[in-house]
Order: sequence, then C-alpha cells, then structure tokens
Amino acid sequence: MNINLSIDVIEKDNQTELIVTGEIDAFTAPLLKEKLLPATAKESEKIIVNLQDVAYMDSTGLGVFISALKSTKEHGSTLTLVNLQERVHRLFKITSLDSIIAIDTTVRGGE
Amino acid sequence: MEHFDFIEMKLPAKPEYVGVIRLSVSGIANRMGFTYEDIEDLKVAISEAMTNATTHAYEENEGGEVTIGFGVYADRLEVMVADHGGSFNLSDVKKQTGPYQQSESIENLREGGFGLFLIDALMDKVEIKSGYGVIVLMTKNLPTNEVGLDDDQISTTQ
Repeated sequence: MNINLSIDVIEKDNQTELIVTGEIDAFTAPLLKEKLLPATAKESEKIIVNLQDVAYMDSTGLGVFISALKSTKEHGSTLTLVNLQERVHRLFKITSLDSIIAIDTTVRGGE
Repeated sequence: MEHFDFIEMKLPAKPEYVGVIRLSVSGIANRMGFTYEDIEDLKVAISEAMTNATTHAYEENEGGEVTIGFGVYADRLEVMVADHGGSFNLSDVKKQTGPYQQSESIENLREGGFGLFLIDALMDKVEIKSGYGVIVLMTKNLPTNEVGLDDDQISTTQ
C-alpha cells in the first residue's frame, strides 16, 4: 500500500528538525509519535517539525502534537510547526489548537 | 421515495485500512462532482469515524469489521460508519438516530478528543447512534447552484 509516512530527523546543536512526508492518520501517527516525543524530552531542545510534504492529516496527528506540546512544557523544550499546507493548517484553526501550538506561517509554502 | 444508489463496504477494524476508505470516499465524491475542498473535508470526517470504530474494536478486544455505507443522492452524500460487522438498513438507522451533542471542551487538551468535533465541523449534518455498537451517520450536501465557478460552464443563448 502506497499510503505511508516517512520522517527524516536532522539533529544539530540544541535543535532537532523533523521533515515529515506523507499522510498522518491512525496508521501512521504512532511512527510520528515515536520520532517526535524523544526529542521533546531533551531539556532546552528546539524542535521544528516541517510539514511541507504532508498532504493529509486528521485528529490522530493533532493528538501527537498535543502529546509533544505537553512533553515540551514538562522538559523545557520548544515545539514549532513550519510549512503547513493550507488543508493541514485549517485543522489547527478549526480546533483552535493554533492558539496553543506554535505555527510559523511566515515560511508556509516556501522552499 | 427519493432515489439513491447505495454502496456498502466491509473492512477489518484495523488502522491500516483507514487510508483505503479515504481513497474510496474520494472516488465516490469526485464522481458526484464535489469540490476539492469538500472532498478533503469528507476524507477527514470519514477517517475520523473509521478511526473511532477501529479504536472501539481494539478496546473491546474483538477483531471485528467496520461497515461503511455510502448513500449517493442527487444533492448529497450520506455516509454511515458502523463498528459492528453486521449490515444495516438505511431507513432503520435513520429512524433511530438523534442530533449529536457537542460536549468536548478544547481546553481539556485531550489527545483523542477531536475526532467527533472535526466530523461535526466538516460535515453538514451528523447523527450518532450508540447501543448495539456505534453508528455515525453523516451528510455532505452538494453545492446547490448548478453553474460552476468556472466561467466556461455558463451557457448562453448568443
């Protein structure tokens, strides 16, 4: 089945960038959680999740980012989502989660 | 009685099939003439219902099936998602369903609390029946204007 998710993790200094490609749903969300949560558990770590190549996401993805946000509060790290496609960004707006999760819209759609 | 086509699918109650049902609804909605935006809304709403059904099946520790029914009408698409494997009768289900009461609070920050919220936000009408399993019945209306947004679809008498 060609419905999948791949995640590249780039670590440097106190920054971890996750480059996410594919679809985030009930099947693939556990993989995102597995890659994202350990980074949030590092004190002072700056985590950037690049969602440029995520064409589909549902509430299972929102759940992962809520878990990650909770973990950053616990460990003193930060989480920022960048390059969201309009459809994905819309879910954060509908649920009002964009008011508590940092979303950098200035680079949305940029390369 | 209002005419409609009915499509029924049964899938294992497993998360790996959520993407399959997403492709199915995309194909049906595209055939009906829904816009790109509406198709994306439908994909999320149906995925949420299927995810709920697979979670429910997992919690009940039964390897069951999810039954999905598509009612294709001239002016709307009705989708039913039932988390017990049995077939269902469209009119019987509709008689038993009531309006969905939104009671989830966003402030609670619950990791799994947004599924029904999104279904409600993205569909035009949502009804939920629980009892023998859970049945979600949701409706998306086709745009009422017959003239599309593209200028070249307007017919003229010139």
